Amino acid sequence: MTNYVKYPLKAKPNSVQQSLKVVTAMPRKPIELPQIEYMSILDEDAVVDKALEPKIAEEELKNIYRYMLLARRTDERMLMMQRQGRLGTFPQSSGHEAISMGSCIHLKKSDWHVPAYRELAGLLYRGWSIDSTLLYWNGFEEGARPPEGVNDLPVCVPIASQLLHAAGIGMGMNLRGEKGVVMTYFGDGASSEGDTHEAMNFAAVYQAPVVFMCLNNQYAISVPLSKQMRNATLAQRAIAYGMPGIRVDGNDVLAVYVAAKEAVERARAGEGPTLIEGLTYRFTPHTTADDPKRYRSEEECNLWTKREPLNRFKKYLLNKGVYTEAQLTALEEELDAEIKAAIARTEAAAVSEELSNPLAMFDYLYADMPPYLNEQREELKSHLEKQKAKAGKSPQHASGTAR
Amino acid sequence: MALMNMAKSINLALFEAMERDERVIVMGEDVGPDEGVFRITEGLFHKFGEKRVLDTPLAESGIVGTAIGMAMYGMKPVCEIQFSGFDYYSFHQLECHASRFRNRTRGRLSVPMVMRAPYGGGIRALEHHSESREAIYAHTPGLKVVIPSGPRNARALLHSAIQDPDPVIYYEPKAIYRLFKEEVPEKMETLPIGQSNIVKEGKDLTIISYGASLRAALEAVELLEEEDGVKAELIDLLTIAPLDATLIVESIKKTGRAVIVHEGPRTCGLGAEVVARVNEAAFLYLEAPIRRVTGFDTPIPYFSKERFYLPDAERVVAACRETLSF
Ligand SMILES: Cc1ncc(C[n+]2csc(CCOP(=O)(O)OP(=O)(O)O)c2C)c(N)n1
Ligand SMILES: [Mg+2]
Repeated sequence: MTNYVKYPLKAKPNSVQQSLKVVTAMPRKPIELPQIEYMSILDEDAVVDKALEPKIAEEELKNIYRYMLLARRTDERMLMMQRQGRLGTFPQSSGHEAISMGSCIHLKKSDWHVPAYRELAGLLYRGWSIDSTLLYWNGFEEGARPPEGVNDLPVCVPIASQLLHAAGIGMGMNLRGEKGVVMTYFGDGASSEGDTHEAMNFAAVYQAPVVFMCLNNQYAISVPLSKQMRNATLAQRAIAYGMPGIRVDGNDVLAVYVAAKEAVERARAGEGPTLIEGLTYRFTPHTTADDPKRYRSEEECNLWTKREPLNRFKKYLLNKGVYTEAQLTALEEELDAEIKAAIARTEAAAVSEELSNPLAMFDYLYADMPPYLNEQREELKSHLEKQKAKAGKSPQHASGTAR
Repeated sequence: MALMNMAKSINLALFEAMERDERVIVMGEDVGPDEGVFRITEGLFHKFGEKRVLDTPLAESGIVGTAIGMAMYGMKPVCEIQFSGFDYYSFHQLECHASRFRNRTRGRLSVPMVMRAPYGGGIRALEHHSESREAIYAHTPGLKVVIPSGPRNARALLHSAIQDPDPVIYYEPKAIYRLFKEEVPEKMETLPIGQSNIVKEGKDLTIISYGASLRAALEAVELLEEEDGVKAELIDLLTIAPLDATLIVESIKKTGRAVIVHEGPRTCGLGAEVVARVNEAAFLYLEAPIRRVTGFDTPIPYFSKERFYLPDAERVVAACRETLSF
């Protein structure tokens, strides 16, 4: 376990000016830059570093675990459903629960949560229903509608693009003089997109209260980190932008918790953005359409699967006496029942009149529907009505094409 | 002759092009050992190695922008953008640079590159994975845009695209990657860019389509013949920029009626351009307004509803009947 040196809370604002002065005075001399640290608190055998262990209230610990577990069980059920043809292609979130929950637990409802697509734990914690996740990955727009009462953006598929929105939300908070925090997520692959650079630079320049959480699971589909970048850590990019950065064990929810807490406190105090890199692993395929055997070894995968976040946290909670085995079994049963009920509900909803109405595709595009779009809506409507009438006459013509 | 699907024939064309011209390189996300998310680059990394098949960082602007540099340096990059829904990230490089270098350097520099991307709906894909926005590229001066509709023309068009001295967008209708097989000749062939094809001759009306929508059009042609005794002429555009207006106009001079089918949104789509060209060149030959059977002016819905958005034979037949009875 690496020693935890006090994590530098303040970026040096005038380091550039200072270094320029040095350059004119003496042409070659090392420029002093902040150090990047690595932090781990709860190791893969659930041994905890007592010196670094955060004090977390029992209720909060339970909350963190509950949503990590709920996400894991939901993800596993979704995989089964996908294999049975009851769900579309989706990216699994298993293994990424610590980064998600260790960070978004610090958010208030009024803060903003701007996910990528492996933050199922955080979404559930923020109040997104299991139903919405099932709907979204089963091809229903309704699954992307954020719940009332929290400030969340929906899942974002175009890689890295959400980071700019997060930066903009944070800039808005500053411009209006309102206090708040934006927590946003992206992958190691996403770090290569221009949008990522722009978002971090904007956030830094405007000192926007944004926490950039990087899920470094070491792969972007098949592309390993070594082909994505030559820098040793993603966290060190923070130095370039003039914001604090840290790498944590992304499978250690306590380390994520501590780093994110510090970052959120800084943001609330008006001290600008932070980059947190959580080192983890995607022990599942990229999506249900992917075959990881094509690009990585089973040994590597096994090694990292052992380090996954849920099991060690469970042991930690048991050791601490937060839960008993019996309570954990009861919790699992409770969550499984919740998932089962959500599946039954959404499968019924999917065939309901409301959710199966294709005309909804026109209804939310603009605040006011332009006449031309309304004509297209009418066109589809009358086509569907004719189809229905025809199907009524000859039932074999009921579906899709004319034959 | 060998029987193969379109995924295989595109792969074959890449293989052949790389073998005969060492300037040809393939680059994109996951095109190396993973062989592309649709396996279009199968075997290439193994055969040609990492200097000819580049697994790039995840950055579309980076892929296309560096391809432009390589092309000006004397190479022939064939970029893969994993899904067309993400090629907006690289659009700026195409619009501001790839399409312009020849013109702004008065012919001194050129950008002989190809950008390939799977596009279109119909495979139950997730959000942003089913768009059909080929018209954006057709609207961009300096770019050529080709769209195959089957294994044989896919291979020939890709060879033409790679050999072309200017940047070519090669959009792959992913719904038909593995839908059917076709005989593909042993001998390498090309297909002139800018030339459309009459798939079936007819005299009563002209149906114009391309890409995956051609399947719906084909089905409609058969239905019209069976049920109405109508002989429709079917044109497969194959190149959507520059448009083969002559072929379209000649056909409509013969039939006097036309229906255009594409899955991209209607407004400013290819259909609009075809209508304009026909109006300009054959207005007096028209017996009826030209009808457009297209995607609606909305984002393509998530997959549970995409079938309502994509043109199908039934919608095409209905439009043809209206045109015929006008
Ligand atoms: C702009 C863009 N390009 C490509 C894709 C296709 N794609 C989806 S996920 C992915 C890899 C993402 O890797 P990373 O950022 O490391 O996130 P991870 O999936 O590993 O969590 C790619 C290339 C996309 N969704 N968006
Ligand atoms: Mg990754």
